Amino acid sequence: MDSYESLSTKQPATGIHPARFLLMLMMVSIFMIFAAYTSAYIVRRNEGNWLEFNLPAGFLYTTVVLLLSSATVQWAWLAARKNDLKQVRLALLLTLGLGLAFLVGQYLLWGQLVDQRIFFAGTDANPSGSFLYVLTGVHGFHLITGLIFLLIVVRKSFNYQVHSRQMLSIGNVTIYWHFLGALWLYLYLFLLLNH
Amino acid sequence: MAANFPTHEQVQGGIGVTEPGHAHDAHHDEHHEQSFLQKYVFSTDHKVIAKQFLITGIFWAIIGGTLSSLFRLQLGWPESTMEWLTPFLGKWIEAGKLNPEFYLALVTMHGTIMVFFVLTAGLSGTFSNFLIPLQIGARDMASGFMNMLSYWFFFLSSVVMFSSLFIETGPAAAGWTIYPPLSALPQAISGSGAGQTLWLVSMALFIISQLLGGVNYITTVINLRTQGMSMSKLPLTIWSFFLTAILGLLSFPVLFSAALLLIFDRSFGTSFFLSDIYIAGQALSNTGGSPILFQHLFWFLGHPEVYIVIMPAMGMVSEILATNARKPIFGYRAMIGSLLGISLLSFIVWAHHMFVTGMNPFLGSVFMFLTLIIAVPSAVKVFNWLATLWRGNIRFTTAMLFSIGFVSLFIAGGLTGIILGNAALDIQLHNTYFVVAHFHLVMGSSAFFGLWAGVYHWFPKMFGRMMDEKLGYIHFWLTFIGVYLVFLPMHYVGIAGFPRRYYAWTGFDTFSQFADLNKFISVAAIVAFFGQFIFIFNFFYSIFRGRRATENPWNSTTLEWTTPVELGHGNWPGEIPAVHRWPYDYSKPGAAEDFIPQNVPYSQTQSSNLPYEKEME
Repeated sequence: MDSYESLSTKQPATGIHPARFLLMLMMVSIFMIFAAYTSAYIVRRNEGNWLEFNLPAGFLYTTVVLLLSSATVQWAWLAARKNDLKQVRLALLLTLGLGLAFLVGQYLLWGQLVDQRIFFAGTDANPSGSFLYVLTGVHGFHLITGLIFLLIVVRKSFNYQVHSRQMLSIGNVTIYWHFLGALWLYLYLFLLLNH
Repeated sequence: MAANFPTHEQVQGGIGVTEPGHAHDAHHDEHHEQSFLQKYVFSTDHKVIAKQFLITGIFWAIIGGTLSSLFRLQLGWPESTMEWLTPFLGKWIEAGKLNPEFYLALVTMHGTIMVFFVLTAGLSGTFSNFLIPLQIGARDMASGFMNMLSYWFFFLSSVVMFSSLFIETGPAAAGWTIYPPLSALPQAISGSGAGQTLWLVSMALFIISQLLGGVNYITTVINLRTQGMSMSKLPLTIWSFFLTAILGLLSFPVLFSAALLLIFDRSFGTSFFLSDIYIAGQALSNTGGSPILFQHLFWFLGHPEVYIVIMPAMGMVSEILATNARKPIFGYRAMIGSLLGISLLSFIVWAHHMFVTGMNPFLGSVFMFLTLIIAVPSAVKVFNWLATLWRGNIRFTTAMLFSIGFVSLFIAGGLTGIILGNAALDIQLHNTYFVVAHFHLVMGSSAFFGLWAGVYHWFPKMFGRMMDEKLGYIHFWLTFIGVYLVFLPMHYVGIAGFPRRYYAWTGFDTFSQFADLNKFISVAAIVAFFGQFIFIFNFFYSIFRGRRATENPWNSTTLEWTTPVELGHGNWPGEIPAVHRWPYDYSKPGAAEDFIPQNVPYSQTQSSNLPYEKEME
């Protein structure tokens, strides 16, 4: 790890820390996965033999939960800037809880879909349903990576490593979490308009 | 990981902008010897990682070449016995004949290995890693740790792909494009069983490796350039690696998406790409899928992928041509512009691989139009290379020969691209040997020539020794002539209508008159393949026994040649040099020597400064 520790003394040309720049590029590649799925979805839908079904209303609730968690992570970031470590911990833990709640909600909604006889696979499955599972599943996977990242930052906050002069990690987790929220919002609206 | 940055910043707060980590490196040398494992295996040094990529790439190239020799044997001599290969191929030789399904596996694995493992990982992985920090004046990549992960994911992916060659049902056999339904149904062909599963797993690991590497390359180029190294002073190599990494970043995730859906179709019973299939008299339950959808997703990666393969070669060739012609590269900005143009266009032409899928003819003409536009930036590049050579004071080093060979092959292969890009002509030529000849010249052989040029040129910086020139010449001429003897006749065979991926054409009377020509191609291919062992011998021999290199053996201007012969981790023992001029000040009128390195300030070259440069003295 020596190599990039030494690089930290270098003034980056863009004014953006290399670690943050790496994160942003990763977000671009994650977005490309979903760009591929949503365009595949549209292409496939236009070919016909597409089972129409109602999107479970529960997705609205999970969306709200995830948007709330975006607010709490922003709160944590603001508190870190003010060196209010207690609030940072509280807000990060809240975000973690809301993130978990979102995942549980998505899982329950999968169950509800199965009850509606919308299957991921098998003889009764139609790609319209399979796509829904893939979109939510792949997003869920990335949300788990976000939760792991959050956990790391929570640990740092308990070790007094998050404060107004060490904003890099909390800044990064905030950006990533907002990205995951925005990504879900995009998917939710996309599904609402195109299911 | 991320948190290491700021803590350290506080510790070393006072260090200046242009000498990152100098104090740190000195400290490092005193207290801490690296173990063998840290230094050569799990290294975070970009130079070691580059060599790891290169040597793994060479290993893969030998495998890929061996596979092609095997199927050329079959194509050249379809009637003769292959009994003598039994010790090597085992049960894939049945009663003296090559198993037809294994033939398909050979073709598939040859394509996969060459495109991804050699010309993507072996080429970009080696030279992006090696040259980006050295040429932009950085001590290492933005994240050495991620860079190391990038290699080890590639290594894992290699292990999985390699092991798939030896499993009982054989490796993947649905072509390197793995079109479903063939690739999705194990009952369709034995290679679509475990072999295809391993292929998909391996490619998923490969994509992760590419993304880890790619984000690093981009970040490093954007963020870690030395003082004075503006984007308009970057060597063209760096521009090409940078844009290649951007292409990878945007297109590999799409392949990942497609692979994931295919995995679901194969192993979980979904029907994204499968619909209404009867196989061996039995109807499958899958309905509603679309195999064309896979082609769209695949080629959205697949087309940028061919530019991922060729662009690094273009960049290195530009650099080597300018250095050895002792002239500035002709049209530096036009070279950057054409790279940008090619990168942009590469994303909007993918459906020219699919003209015969029954797409709307109007859509076909849109894609045809966009495809033909690629001829413009490509022609700009070719023109500039030729103009760089024009009246140059040419030094025929081995690297230079391969670079000139690259230009030749790129023209020869590019011309047929204009033919294939036409939707109407493509309907006749689709899936014939004409296509095979086209892409082997324009992207396969060209990129290989770029790779060799790069190895010969930067070998002194990599290993501190020179490669043998005489062996290099023999290698060049054998390969150059060999490649043309293989692929020129192949165009002819293609126009005659030979479909690709056929096991044998003995069943068709029309093709019997071409039997000798096929034999000829096979002989040329196998001789050219054996010629490569001259290179491999030269490479490994020179690492240990080559003539010792000087610091700047080619009198080149770029920053990597300002480093000492024995390169340590951190690249420059003292301060990183600042950059004052563009990288192509060769044979500048009035200058003392015929090259002025990038780190020489204008104040030291007053005799050669142009009027506007005088202001910068």
